[in-house]
Amino acid sequence: MKKTITLTLNGETRAVDVEPNDILLDVVRDKLGVKSPKYGCGRGDCGSCTVIMDGRTVRSCLILAIEADGAEIVTVEGLCRDGLTPLQESFLKHNSFQCGYCAPGMTLSATELLERKASPSREEVQEAIAGNLCRCTGYTAIIDAILETAGK
Amino acid sequence: MAIALEYEYFKPRALDEAVALKARFGEKGRFLAGGTDLVNNLNDESCRPQAVIDLKGIETLKRLEMTSRGLFLGPLVTFSDLIDSRTVKSRYPLLWESAREVASTGIRNRATVAGNICSCVPCMDSAPPLVAYRATVLIRGPEGEREIPAAEFFRGPRKTALKAGELLAGLLLPRPPKHGAAFLKQKRYRGEDLAQSNLAVLALEGKKYRVVFGSVGPTPIEAMKIEKLLEGKALTAGLAAAARKLVRKEIAPIDDLRSSREYRFIMAEVMLERGLQAAAARLKGKGPAYGTPLV
Repeated sequence: MKKTITLTLNGETRAVDVEPNDILLDVVRDKLGVKSPKYGCGRGDCGSCTVIMDGRTVRSCLILAIEADGAEIVTVEGLCRDGLTPLQESFLKHNSFQCGYCAPGMTLSATELLERKASPSREEVQEAIAGNLCRCTGYTAIIDAILETAGK
Repeated sequence: MAIALEYEYFKPRALDEAVALKARFGEKGRFLAGGTDLVNNLNDESCRPQAVIDLKGIETLKRLEMTSRGLFLGPLVTFSDLIDSRTVKSRYPLLWESAREVASTGIRNRATVAGNICSCVPCMDSAPPLVAYRATVLIRGPEGEREIPAAEFFRGPRKTALKAGELLAGLLLPRPPKHGAAFLKQKRYRGEDLAQSNLAVLALEGKKYRVVFGSVGPTPIEAMKIEKLLEGKALTAGLAAAARKLVRKEIAPIDDLRSSREYRFIMAEVMLERGLQAAAARLKGKGPAYGTPLV
């Protein structure tokens, strides 16, 4: 049975009709048109579907859209509405990504870390992105970029 | 990829309402907390409910607080809530260490302790610390409330003591005696993985120990023979070696895709020795800081 949910997506209030079995990731991408969260493993292991929901990173592939009624959701599109963030600039400088499929999730996980801990250790950075799999660059350039942002 | 199953979604605002819905649907009603297991189960249709009952509308179930009976954890308390709690870190460091080992940040922000033990897969990281802390499971059902010790909650792989109409309404961890703790988790690689084996150790004053293995049997295993051997004795190299020899009599690991049975035996022995040493040192205010990986 369809239900209209209302959520804040990247600062805008959006209303959308969902079924109880709709997945949040599909609704964000296909019904609300925000494409940075990606379908990867579909089971919470890879982190490419990461969004920030009410201030914390979550796996949008493991959340029913109907659960997000009233939630505030931020994706990479919302992070950089006023231009690239220092973290994104650092990713560019370090050539942290190749194919880019993991980049939105990686960016959100690192953003959450830096908001909660201004100067994380290398181990803390590794732990923060442990749930975001990258199959191109081997993580070193990603970790260096996050650490350099934190060091500024 | 959308879920193929169809079901009704309910979001009750009160516990009584949730219990009434569960009574109405019985086995065909499933509670939803963090959803990190349930949505996977809906996707692969290993569970086919007619009703999904979302508990997140019930504010009281989010409580994490000290009470007269000890630490209360509502069924909506997430692993990130545990990690962020100073109370948990200072008074229940074994639980704090174990929470840090669960999955990844994005899962821990959503996944609940209650959901972890209700799913009851043998590799769950929450069970050994709950058994070691002598936690009580609070259960609400159509006939009222009941309580059981955590050790009796786990009945087999994916099998708990909950009956069809019942809700895990909370966990109570009594105030523990002064202790040093160590939670160890062996994985295939550093980073996000399920346990090949895990271990909870508490060192209490008077040279008493609690030792609970996980992921090396169908349910968590408290190593009573090892605890008995250790009691009252100084933790020398010889005693640790004798304790290691008992590991094979305590645990019952299997071969699976994460580990062979033999590797689990060997690592459980290594983990036991390191866990005992770390917990004993921490009891005296020494040893590695909580959160330092021991394997």
